[in-house]
This record gives sequence, C-alpha cells and structure tokens, in this order.
Amino acid sequence: MLRLEKRPNPSRFWLYATPVVAVLLTMIAGGLLFAAMGKNPFEVIRTIFWDPIFGQFAFYLRGQLLVKAGPLILIAIGLALGFRAGIWNIGAEGQYIIGAICAAAVGLAAYPTESRWIFPAMVIAGAFGGWAWAMIPAILKTRFNTNEILVSLMLVYVAETIVAKAATGFLKNPEGMGFPGSRNLSTFPATANPELFAGSGLHWGGVTALVMAILAWVLLSRHILGFQIRLAGQAPRAARFNGVNPNRLVMLCMGASGALAGLAGMFEVTGPAGQITIDFGTGYGFTAIIVAFLGRLNPLGIVLAGFIMALTYVGGEMASTNLGLPDAAIQVFQGMLLFFLLGVDMLTNYRIRLRAAGTTVKGAL
Amino acid sequence: MLLEGLTKAYPGVVANSDVSFGIGEGEIHALLGENGAGKSTLVKMIYGLVKPDVGRMVLRGQPYVPAKPAEARRLGVAMVFQHFSLFEALTVAENVALGMETPPPMRELAARIRSVSEEYGLPLDPGRMVGDLSAGERQRVEIIRCLLQDPKLLIMDEPTSVLTPQEVEILFRTLRQLRAEGTSILYISHKLEEIRALCDEATILRRGRVVGTCTPRERTAREMAELMVGATLGTPTRSPRPKGQVALGVSDLSVASPIAFGTPLRGVSFTVAAGEVLGIAGVAGNGQDELLLALSGELRAPGDRVRLNDHAIGDLGPAERRRAGLVSAPEDRYGHAAAPDMSLTENALLTAAIRRKLTRHGFIDWAKTRAFAEEIIADYDVRTPGPGTAARALSGGNLQKFLMGRELLQDADAIVINQPTWGVDAAAAASIRQKILDCAATGAAVVVISQDLDELLEIADSFAVLNEGRMTKPRPTQGLTMDEIGMMMGGAHGMEVAHHAEA
Repeated sequence: MLRLEKRPNPSRFWLYATPVVAVLLTMIAGGLLFAAMGKNPFEVIRTIFWDPIFGQFAFYLRGQLLVKAGPLILIAIGLALGFRAGIWNIGAEGQYIIGAICAAAVGLAAYPTESRWIFPAMVIAGAFGGWAWAMIPAILKTRFNTNEILVSLMLVYVAETIVAKAATGFLKNPEGMGFPGSRNLSTFPATANPELFAGSGLHWGGVTALVMAILAWVLLSRHILGFQIRLAGQAPRAARFNGVNPNRLVMLCMGASGALAGLAGMFEVTGPAGQITIDFGTGYGFTAIIVAFLGRLNPLGIVLAGFIMALTYVGGEMASTNLGLPDAAIQVFQGMLLFFLLGVDMLTNYRIRLRAAGTTVKGAL
Repeated sequence: MLLEGLTKAYPGVVANSDVSFGIGEGEIHALLGENGAGKSTLVKMIYGLVKPDVGRMVLRGQPYVPAKPAEARRLGVAMVFQHFSLFEALTVAENVALGMETPPPMRELAARIRSVSEEYGLPLDPGRMVGDLSAGERQRVEIIRCLLQDPKLLIMDEPTSVLTPQEVEILFRTLRQLRAEGTSILYISHKLEEIRALCDEATILRRGRVVGTCTPRERTAREMAELMVGATLGTPTRSPRPKGQVALGVSDLSVASPIAFGTPLRGVSFTVAAGEVLGIAGVAGNGQDELLLALSGELRAPGDRVRLNDHAIGDLGPAERRRAGLVSAPEDRYGHAAAPDMSLTENALLTAAIRRKLTRHGFIDWAKTRAFAEEIIADYDVRTPGPGTAARALSGGNLQKFLMGRELLQDADAIVINQPTWGVDAAAAASIRQKILDCAATGAAVVVISQDLDELLEIADSFAVLNEGRMTKPRPTQGLTMDEIGMMMGGAHGMEVAHHAEA
C-alpha cells in the first residue's frame, strides 16, 4: 500500500526537480500519445524541442521563440502574484483581449496623426483595459463574496464576443473592403511595436516582460508587500493577524495581473498580430497559467518556463505543418505538462512510503 | 488490567518503550507525563486504535488484543476523549445512538440516558441539541455514552481542562462512585493537585518510558512534577512593584463573533496598569478567542472602546496597534500566530516588522530579521536547527516558546496573550511565566487569558472571568479562594443539586 507522509520541512531538492521531472514525464506520455496516433514519437519530440533551437530553420524559429515567450512571461508574472496570495485569476485571456482592444482603440482614434506620444498613450490604455476587466471579478469578490475563478473565466467569453464585434464593427478597417479586422497598427510608425533587433523577435513586450520579472522577484523576496502576498496564500488567518486587509490584497493582485495581461495584449496587437481580428485571443492567457506553475510561481523561474512553453508552441506548429499532427494533439501535450507538474509537485511537501496493508489505523472515532 | 513491556515506535521516534504497569479493579490509576511523553500512544493501544510493536496486555485474566475500538468497547474498555466527537446539530440521544453498534429505539434510549444520568449525578436532557450545551455538559454526553456500555475500564483523557472547579468536584464524585462499584479508571492529566485528590496509584511516563510509580496522596505536587520533568523546577519570582498609570483600558466592548458557534463579547470592561498582570479565566468557548481578536485588532470596534496610553485604538488594525505599542499572541499556533510552512525568520517578521524596525521603506532587512529570530531562539531556549527551519517542523511547545519570545522581545507597552503555556512542558511553562513577569516588571501592562487556573493564580495581580462573553469585574488575586473563583466562573452550570442525595 502506498502512503503519503507529510515532510517536516519542504524538500528543496523536489522544489527545483519538479519542473524537470514534469517535462520528462510529459515527453514520455506525449510520445506514447503520438505513437498511438501513428507518428514516430522521437521525431515529434525532436521537432518540438530540438528543431526550433538547433534545426534547419532555427535562424527564423529562434526569433519566434521570443515572440511567443514575451506575452506568456508577462501574463504569467501577474498571475503568479495572485496565485501566491491564493487569488485565482483564470481570466487573463479576457484581460489580454480587452487590453488589446483599448490600446487599438486609442491608436486608431489618433490615426493618421504622427506623434511619439501615441504609443505611450496606447501602453497606458492597454494596461488600463486589462486592469478594468480584472476589477470586475475583484469587486464582485470583495463586495459579494463571489468566486473569482468562475467570474474571471466567464468574462473571457464575454471578451471574445466583444473582440469579434470590434473586428467586424466598431474597430473595422474602413478601407478594408468589407473584410473583418482593424487597420494594421504595425504598419504605422506611431502605433507600431517593431522588432528592436532584426531577426531577434524581441520587441517592447519582451523587454517589459523581463523588467517585470525582475521587479516581481524583488517584490516577492525583498518587499514587505510581497511577504504579505505569500503569507496570505499560505496562512490566511496569520495574514489577518499580521494586519493584511484581504480585500485590498484581492484588488491589488487582480489589478496587477489584469494590467500585465492587458499590456501583453497591447504589445501583441501593435506588433506580431498587428491588428484586431475576430480570433485575436489565441490562448496566451490560459497557457500562461501553465507557465506560472511550471516556473514555480517564481518570477525568474517563469522566464525560463516561458521559453519552454514557447518552444512547445513553435515546435508544435512545426510538428503540425511538417508531420501533420492536429493542433489539438499539441494542446493535449501542453495540458499534460500542467497535469504532471501538479502531480509531481506533491513530492515537495510529501514523501511516498511503501507499507504493508493494515499496520496502523490512525485517527479517533 | 495488566500491561507488559508495551513498545511502539513511529518512524524517527519511539513513542513507548517497554511500558508495564497494572490497574486494579476499582482503582483510579493516574497516568502522568509531559506532552510528548507517550501518554496518548499508550492509551490508543489500550483502546485498539494503535497496535503495539512488542508487549502484551491482559484484561481480567484474559489476553487482550483489541484490533479496533469497537472490539475494545465490547470487551469493556471505554474512553472519554479530550476533544469531543459530537455533532452539534443533533440531540444528545441521537449523538449517543451514533456511537452504538445496535442502538435501541430512541424512546428507550432516552429513558436509559435519563436513568444513568440520575444514578451518577450527571443531569442531562436527552432531547437537547448538543450545539446548545456547555463544554461541561458535552463532556457528560461523552461520559454517559461510555457508562451505557457498562465498562470495566474507563479511560479519561484530560477530562477537567474544560470544567469549572464545581464541575470538577461533581465529576470526581461520579468517578468515585464508579470506583466504589468496581470500575477501574485510567485517568490522564497533568493537573497534579487533581490527581492527588482523586487517584489511588500513579504511573509516570517520560520520553516513552515508565520513570516511576507513586501513591499520589503521599507525594507533593512538586515531587510529582519533578518526576515528570526529570529536573528540579523553579518557581516564578516577582519583585514587588508599584502600580503604574493605566496603560490599557477597555470599556463596554461588544463585538459579534466571526467564528461559527462562537460567543460574542458583551460589554467587556477592564483596565490594566503599567506593570500589572491581569489574568482572565474561563471555560474555553466563552469569548476568549473573540477577546483576543478584539484586542489584537483583527476585530474592530468604535475607537474609544479600546484605549492605549489614553489614545483611542479600537478602530485600528493589527499593524497600527503594534505601532501604537500593543502586541498580542493568539492561542492557535499553527496558522494563526504563525504561518506553518514559513521559516522561523519569516515568522519573526510576521509581527515584529514594525516594532523591531525590520523594514526600510517597505524593503525587508533579512539580515536583521534573521538576527532577531536568532535572538529569540537563544533567549527562549528554542530547540531547532536554526532560524531557517519551517515553523511546522517545531514541536508545539518549542514553537510556543519562539512565539512568546517574538512578542515579549518587542518592548511593548501592553501585551495580550491567549493560553501562554498550552501544550508546553512544565519546565518551559515555568520559564515562559517568568518571562511574562519580567516584562511586567519593566513596565508592560499584561493581559493573560488562560484556562489554567493555577497559572493565573501564580502570575496574575488581578483576576477576572469571561463567561458567555461577559467579563466579571477584575479583583485582586491575593486572597481569592478556589470557591470564589468557581462562583465567578458561573458555578457548575446548573449542577449545584447534582449530588444532593449523597451530600
């Protein structure tokens, strides 16, 4: 019989080994999945994890890596702050979309003016849009004690409807010959978010993500507010005893994660995506949840995790075009990563013991 | 009942090692020992919850190997747990029925409960909801549940910790009556005076081993305590000191309880002067937790209801109250006073950040925080590998020493403590009490909420009782008799007539 036994001290080894073991387990289980689909598992795994960095088209794909990792890291940093405090914002995807809409609206309203103040104004609008969208579940939670998981998740679908409406209605390109979608913001100097170094894939979003990761790391490890965030997540009653106002913390964490998600949307709509389209939301907001946990809710770990996840995106696309794997198989593969991560994570706080059945019966009547 | 060479080891710790003793028929046998001495494990073996690794038990001449509690009960062993296992939303009779293998019809059961409760002087209405009963009455439900099985051996684990002195007296009469009828009783407690008054024989455990047996009536409480601890004990000393200005004042404080089945505070008023220790007694669940929350700042009130050095602080939160000079220590260590998964250093920061100036512009000075944690560990003799250890890895008593040190080393004007020595071994408890008195001697106003009357009488200058959320007027401790204290605690909750027939 297997028994779980709580460790007196959390294991440092497993804290760092968990992500590695989870990635390995995902490769094995994913390989079995691909084999069952009639593909050569080694070829698929190589296509996903190896080719984007060292393969034939690596010169192009490496840039794509940063393009994908930027928004994932930026969103995951914000989510990690909330997750650390036990506040579960699942709706980053919606905040990402609304941030992009707000930023695009500001940029399009200024069209065709040329001014270097337009881009900063769009940054602010993007952050504000994401923040405001996250405030809805935050206020409902603090006022009426609703569940922020459900409300923030449901608002993703509202945001998706709004973005479809924007692409076909109020933000539609008047010169677009009736096709859905806004003007392409990346083609106008005032609203464009270009690559900073040609071929690197690094744009302002990537820079912001790295800066935010460092700031968040300082906040969590050095600042009293970060301490209170961790305290509230680990021992809510001790946090109140410390003097933490739980409602204020909900507002703060939801607001921060919403603003960062909105920023990610802003950098995406002005850069790689270029325009508001019907299907603007591509799932970064959800994948970022996996990134946050894969990075152990640690800002520096999240940077690393963001790159690994970007790899599965870029490599997954390669696999689907070159090897004919369906997109859904790649999504299952990404989902497995979170599944194994949460499973293996238990070993940080528990150890498994083998025991002959029925030697002890614990507990009172 | 005879126990021979019982040994039980858990991974990393030997809970019982070669424990042997016997309990005669119609004997009240005390099992003494500090926390962690192995009393609970031993009792669990007797009750069939845990199997011994080595050793054997004999019950009335027959080998006794209970595989589970139901078998133990069938063979005549019954147990009253320290923490009751009762459903608050059910009636007394329903609760009793739940513990039986084949409960009789409700009406018949109610009649039996009534007759047993009358026979043993434990008045109890089988139709009442358990949620409405006092702790003492709940214990009676547990006892009657056991008596209905007509036990040969009754095990009682810390039965008096929730009772008023009068209720204790009534319980003792019941136990003596059982003894007279030939029932053996294994009585677990660390209240030595009670054991001297009640028990015929005592077995003393230390670190899982039997370190002595004695006849309690022939020993002093101090001798037994020293056997338990294995060392000589110091008595807290206090230097006489003049009473200072009023530091902490509470007037007409009423707050609703945030706890389910909690007790609201109803018009609590008292003052504590600098250098004074106010002891607040009362049976658990009469508003102690709420009073601590209202004083720590986790529950707020209109500003002038709580005053510190003549500033209104009733509407301030915990952080502002600490800044103003009031620190507090809640009873629940794992999760309230401390974050179990955080290190001792982080837990030191938890309440001391403000008064010990461990942050600068909001940034934590970890070196200074670690130094403070190390200072607590050294000053309060906390046994731990170091300040990086997770709080949950410390034993209850060790963590309590750390948490007491954390508050007492903050040089506060007023200190509020709920259950300072609960679950702490005798030697550590004595040193904590001494530190509390030392703080008072340097001019702090101290409020100690405790269920241990001996502790309060030892350290408190004035004494008050919380009963159903109301507080009696504080009286000087000197000259108070146990009887007066008992009356302050609300007597015996309607049990004054219980043993009338014998009296």
